[in-house]
Amino acid sequence: MHQRVLAASVGIAALALALTVVLLAQVPAAAQAPKAATPAATKPAPATKAAPAAKAWTVPRTPEGVPDLQGYWTNNSYTPLERPNGVTKEFYTLEELRQVEKKNAEREEEQTTPGTVADVHYDFTQFGLDRSQTRLADNLRTSVITNPENGKLPPVTPEGQKRAADRAAERKKQGAQYDQVQNIPIGSRCVWMNAGPPMMPPGYNPAYQIVQSPGYVTILVEMLHETRVIPTDGRPHAPAGVRSWMGDPKGHWEGDTLVVETTNFNDKVAFRGASENMKVTERFTRTSDDAIRYEFTVDDPSTWERAWKGEMPFVKIGGPIFEHACNEGNYGIANTLAGARKEEKKAAEEAAKKISTK
Amino acid sequence: MRARFLGPMMIAAAALLEAAPAPPQAPAQAPAYRAPRTKDGKPNLNGIWQAVNEANWDLEGHGAAPGPFWQLGAEFSVPPGMGIVEGGPIPYKPEALQKRKANFANRMNLDPEIKCYLPGVPRAMYMPYPFQIVQSTDPIMMVFEYAGAVRTVYMKKQPAPADSWMGWSNGRWEGETLVIDTTDFNDLSWFDRSGNFHSDALHVVERITALAPNHLNYEATIEDPKVFTRPWKISMPLYRRIEKNAQVLEFKCVEFAEDFIYGALRKVPLK
Amino acid sequence: MVTSLVTSGLLLAVTTVAGQAPAYRAPRTPDGKPNFNGIWQAMNTANWDVEPHAAGPSLVRELGAIAAVPGGLGIVEGGEIPYRPEALAKKKENQANRLKLDPEIKCYLPGVPRAMYMPSPFQIIQGQKHIMIVHEFAGAVRTIYMENHTEAPADSWMGWSNGHWEGESLVIDTKGFNDLSWFDRAGNFHSDELHVVERIRARSPETLSYEATIEDPKVFTRPWKISMPLYRRVEPNAQLMEFRCVEFVEDLIYGHLRKQPSK
Repeated sequence: MHQRVLAASVGIAALALALTVVLLAQVPAAAQAPKAATPAATKPAPATKAAPAAKAWTVPRTPEGVPDLQGYWTNNSYTPLERPNGVTKEFYTLEELRQVEKKNAEREEEQTTPGTVADVHYDFTQFGLDRSQTRLADNLRTSVITNPENGKLPPVTPEGQKRAADRAAERKKQGAQYDQVQNIPIGSRCVWMNAGPPMMPPGYNPAYQIVQSPGYVTILVEMLHETRVIPTDGRPHAPAGVRSWMGDPKGHWEGDTLVVETTNFNDKVAFRGASENMKVTERFTRTSDDAIRYEFTVDDPSTWERAWKGEMPFVKIGGPIFEHACNEGNYGIANTLAGARKEEKKAAEEAAKKISTK
Repeated sequence: MRARFLGPMMIAAAALLEAAPAPPQAPAQAPAYRAPRTKDGKPNLNGIWQAVNEANWDLEGHGAAPGPFWQLGAEFSVPPGMGIVEGGPIPYKPEALQKRKANFANRMNLDPEIKCYLPGVPRAMYMPYPFQIVQSTDPIMMVFEYAGAVRTVYMKKQPAPADSWMGWSNGRWEGETLVIDTTDFNDLSWFDRSGNFHSDALHVVERITALAPNHLNYEATIEDPKVFTRPWKISMPLYRRIEKNAQVLEFKCVEFAEDFIYGALRKVPLK
Repeated sequence: MVTSLVTSGLLLAVTTVAGQAPAYRAPRTPDGKPNFNGIWQAMNTANWDVEPHAAGPSLVRELGAIAAVPGGLGIVEGGEIPYRPEALAKKKENQANRLKLDPEIKCYLPGVPRAMYMPSPFQIIQGQKHIMIVHEFAGAVRTIYMENHTEAPADSWMGWSNGHWEGESLVIDTKGFNDLSWFDRAGNFHSDELHVVERIRARSPETLSYEATIEDPKVFTRPWKISMPLYRRVEPNAQLMEFRCVEFVEDLIYGHLRKQPSK
């Protein structure tokens, strides 16, 4: 919250440096980082003056004349949605952030004990199914949530609590996880991998491609090849009967910021327990050649007592986006279900044997 | 010859449409298009036309959904559609809405389309197959690929001799628009695969206007005081099939439906 | 029969009109290229069968006429796909077993060119370096690389597409396919040596002309070509919607592995 007020007076460039400390070849960014890491104490003006690239950066424009957000981006980050317990401040220092990243990377690399169930799963880092091998979009914030100021989700309404309880009861009624494919987590089923909005970084392959054409901004999310096609021509939302996982996005430009409002979610996407009435408003602002500032507001009065906000940086990566043919290659579901059936059969046969030998 | 005259008209109309930025403007905002004329001086609507939308699945706006027959998987899932009903949901009377829900729940037994029954009006206009408008001074015929359905639009008003699936259509010209007034329906057809239905009091008034050389604007006002609280309206474009060899083919689907209709009466039941 | 007499009369008219349409020059994008932005859809029966075919029953009796196969004159130039003899046998086997084998049923990615004539819309989004073709069916997406052409880094369902402009035409050269997609519901198929070259140009403000040359020496005796119009969806509220079909087919794919198997 404070940051945004500073930004207004300081300028986008300084804010970018403060919030998105990126591992760039350019030394100035690193040199600036410690100063900018504690924004409450920083005097905005000196930070700007000290920036070596004193020439004001202007956002590139598409031939249409709107800000150019195109390219390959990632929001890869260890920053959790909610502030961890025991952490009270809003921002880490750069050294603290590196510590957090190092600890997480080590956890990803942990070797499993041979012969255990955990070991049957593939080694995450060997197949790139981890965060540490992709460029990190450094976020000094201790949580993605910026509001409420304690970095936590607001309290859930009674209606939201009841809905959560109903959903849990319904899930329980369906049986054990491997009784039927519908009980297996939705991502493993290749149905939905939380493409958003809001766009939270997946555990791996957190790559996005933005392509713009007149009147449209398109975001291709690598995981599950989800494509958000966002019109910016001011048309109304789809009728109420049209519901979907990604919702119905409608965008417009406010100055150099792309504002996207998404409604018409179905009641299955349930982001953090939300209802189908959730409304997400996102703001995309390109802050440098290398970064986009991404802010979002989640508004669902039937679930949370108040709207809540979050913020995270996107940084540039090399392309391309690869095809993610998830359903096509989903051997996991067939194999785990078949394995569960085999175990049941084995258990039934052994039980029958025991009875017959009595 | 009529066809040669269409060439330069196409270019002129193309220039008109070129002015419209993507996405296309609503029909009301485009400059009024004047279709080429038939020999008797009427707008020429001859040709092979087809709707390109999802109205036959469900007239109202709807998200994608599993199909009623899981064995066909995604080949027969319900595609999403923005809907063609103007201004909100279809205004059913409360008891009629219950019937519509019951229809939907049992649509794989009740939808007349399964049995290759005549589609009625306006459903015939948005079946996902082409139809041909054959325009004489009187009548104007519409020949549908699906089930060989046909509509005869009488341009000199005549009363209906009896109820029918496709209704009885009397037409007239209002400037550029062909207005078709259809009554005397039976109550057996559906509006779509989702169970939207009507009674034998159905009254449909359609307005067809050429928008451009290859597009018609189609609107229909639907009135049925036994089922709906007020009249309601659908609107959609119709597209001309432009491939050189475009034609309405034969889709005699009765044979394909016979096992469904009579299979239970076989001497030796099917598996 | 009345229909066919009338049809052939009008057929002549349609042919003449199409034959006389002079070359159309599409409006330009802000960066000077023909503007193909928009929502497009094929209007034919190619997804049922790219070759000419009469109407036929559905494989599923219970669906009666709803899922019956409508007739179509096909989009293959010359009518017939030039299969090698052993490949033709495989095509027939595919067709006989299509309820089990057609990848579309399992909501698998449709491949190219099938994605272009699925009976649902797609949107062309034209940037300068990339042109995206986003399909409604299964959220399939094609990225057409307009510069820095490289080889496919790996095989994929939708292939790897390099594109360039030739005057009014967008030419898309696609390789790097796997062998898992079909061309249609009739079992027409290809190997991983499939090579597709598409040419798209505007023929009017609301229609595109689409051609594709298909080459696969493992399966066909020579390259062959398809061609069809693509129609712009012109309703004012036209938009690409979500057709996320994996959920709809899970019982089909995994139903037999349920604790209590579905019927």
